[in-house]
Amino acid sequence: MSTFPTHLLSMEDLGPGEITEVLRVADSFVEVGRRANPKVPALRGRTVATLFFEDSTRTRMSFETAAKRMSADVLSFASGSSSLKKGESLRDTVETIEAIGIDSVIIRHSSSGVPTRVAEWVDHCVVINAGDGWHQHPTQALLDLYTVRQALGGGDEGLARMEGLRVAIVGDIRHSRVARSQIAAYTAMGAEVTLVAPSTLLPPSLEGWPVASVTHDLDAVLPKADVVSLLRVQSERGSGAFVPTLREYTAGYGLTARRAAVLQPDALILHPGPIVRGVEIASDVAELPAALITDQVSNGVAIRMAVLFLLLGQGPADGAHRD
Amino acid sequence: MTERTGRSAASRPTLVIRGGTVSDSTGDRRADVLVADGKVASVQERIESPRGAVVLEAEGCIVAPGLVDLHTHLREPGREETETIETGTRAAALGGYTAVVAMPNTDPPLDSAEAVRNVQELSRPATAEVAVAGAITVGRLGERLAPMAELAGLGVRLFTDDGAGVQSAGLMRRALEYARGLGVILAQHCEDGSLACDGAMHEGAWSSRLGIPGMPAAAEEVMVARDITLARATAGRIHFLHLSTAVSIEMVRRAKAEGLAVTAEVAPHHFSLTEAATAGFDPLFRVNPPLRPASDVEAVKLGLADGTVDAIATDHAPHAPESKDLPFDQAPPGMLGLQTALALAVGELDLPLPRVLALLSWQPAALVGLDPTGGGGQGGPIVAGAQANLCVIDPMATWTVDPSALASRSRNTPYAGRRLTGQVRHTVFRGEPVVIDAEAQR
Repeated sequence: MSTFPTHLLSMEDLGPGEITEVLRVADSFVEVGRRANPKVPALRGRTVATLFFEDSTRTRMSFETAAKRMSADVLSFASGSSSLKKGESLRDTVETIEAIGIDSVIIRHSSSGVPTRVAEWVDHCVVINAGDGWHQHPTQALLDLYTVRQALGGGDEGLARMEGLRVAIVGDIRHSRVARSQIAAYTAMGAEVTLVAPSTLLPPSLEGWPVASVTHDLDAVLPKADVVSLLRVQSERGSGAFVPTLREYTAGYGLTARRAAVLQPDALILHPGPIVRGVEIASDVAELPAALITDQVSNGVAIRMAVLFLLLGQGPADGAHRD
Repeated sequence: MTERTGRSAASRPTLVIRGGTVSDSTGDRRADVLVADGKVASVQERIESPRGAVVLEAEGCIVAPGLVDLHTHLREPGREETETIETGTRAAALGGYTAVVAMPNTDPPLDSAEAVRNVQELSRPATAEVAVAGAITVGRLGERLAPMAELAGLGVRLFTDDGAGVQSAGLMRRALEYARGLGVILAQHCEDGSLACDGAMHEGAWSSRLGIPGMPAAAEEVMVARDITLARATAGRIHFLHLSTAVSIEMVRRAKAEGLAVTAEVAPHHFSLTEAATAGFDPLFRVNPPLRPASDVEAVKLGLADGTVDAIATDHAPHAPESKDLPFDQAPPGMLGLQTALALAVGELDLPLPRVLALLSWQPAALVGLDPTGGGGQGGPIVAGAQANLCVIDPMATWTVDPSALASRSRNTPYAGRRLTGQVRHTVFRGEPVVIDAEAQR
């Protein structure tokens, strides 16, 4: 039996056992989501705060929906309206939140490592990383895994088919917390990860990274890929400092209709969103059945419910949510 | 009798440093040291204590010239909440230092006669000599030269824009040419801004994994290479501050072999910590230049061992606790160093103690002309008539770094809880025992 960590800070903290546990617990919450009243009492009386120092409507809504479906009380703390604007330090803010009696903080921050630091400062509060700088975004990687497992037949069968799966992660890996979490998640489940990007958008060093290969040639990778996971390319990267233009990026690394045509028939296309149509993915390609972008979003709620349950709920001792 | 330190004779009793081994640039010998009127009165195997003399026990200890730090940020004026000349020189004295070179990146910066005179005046009662460094450029903005001749006239021996490097090669060339006639040294913080960008740590395996913006080793190395080229072209004199990479050290090694007038210092954290220390995102480990991989640490140690590096300098950089509670990439870079440098050098470097003392005392003293040859009273041989700037070191004593027990007004040591070997027992500054039995006397 796996032991779930106290906080969820990085995908590197979860082994295959813990990941499998999250996915299995999420199955039951996907089922809950289909009910007329999609709510369970698992976190009744618990208070969860979202602490977003960086704008993110999607991730915040997903976490808050998840917490509310678990019957938790949810506080929303946005940096724009908070005391941080008045010069309060991050540490003081966190200590205040803990003094109020909040059970869990879900943190998004533009600086890498903030959730890790916060986890050191709190006494009893559970810290969940909702994306920090270029570092990690573990629930995104977990919902990606869930979506792929679902497309591969779901359950243990879908899980088993991840072994040896060829996953291509394409785009701005250097500046991507999603990529760092995905690489840890996919490889933990036995998949082979290939990174595809211009050198300027790769991390400066890949020493110790569990990737099978790195290439600048997307066209060579696509016919063999089982999963193509695209990353958003922020427009400022195309201003000449990293790639000359977004147009040139798309020519080399965009999933155009022509490129999508060489994919295997059962290949899957993922994107963490928000998508920039016409840059990393052509509009038509985003609408293909192989593109699981909206599945990712809806699975995100179940995954976040599972994470909240495992970190804050009765824990693995409660058999109600186990297979 | 009042000398220019402003201290009365009462604070400078006759001292006998008894039972130690005297170690200086001339070698080692078992000797007692008699200090009177601010000077070394005699050095003999056995000295009877005169009536009323204070005896400083030195059994099992090394009696050395006071240490000289080429790189101290005293923060006064402008950031007195993080350090003052008083607290910084107290930390210096406790660390065995009797002289520090005060960096000019204060607020206002030390780029004018008025600003330099102010710090010199404020330093009068300090417990260590404060040698004021001047800025190379006005406001440290890298745009036009500061009045170096005027500042040299006030006794400034070293000029630097430390905290930043002079980015323009053209301006640096002019600075080297202009300084040549003044008998002063230009010191460079080598960091090319266009390569460093907003890097907060060494760019490499750890920055990639942690997702922290990195600054490549090349940001330091291109400026070292550039300045060596400029030193050659101008016959100028350049000192490299806090070098941290293997390539930088090798370039200095070759430049010295070529006969160029270059010198270099390294900081204790660059031979005692690696980039892996940043794994927990704790900004206590953020410093510029950043902590490097183990291979660079080894190269720094080799540079110290083979004479390529002339001095160990602390880059003592106090920062308020709240600023180190910021996210890693937003926290200011810098670490305390004055009270831990000697012990780290003793413990981390595989060098005999006299070599360590050379790197901490007489070599840096000579480098900035604070030694007797340069007209000063620092780092000199311990002989009758010398100014009494001394430290007594127990090389075997162990102690644990407690941030709250440090004399600095700040707490940002990266060595909290670390057990170190080698402790300063007494420090004598211009004949005054400013530290006795590891306790500051004022």
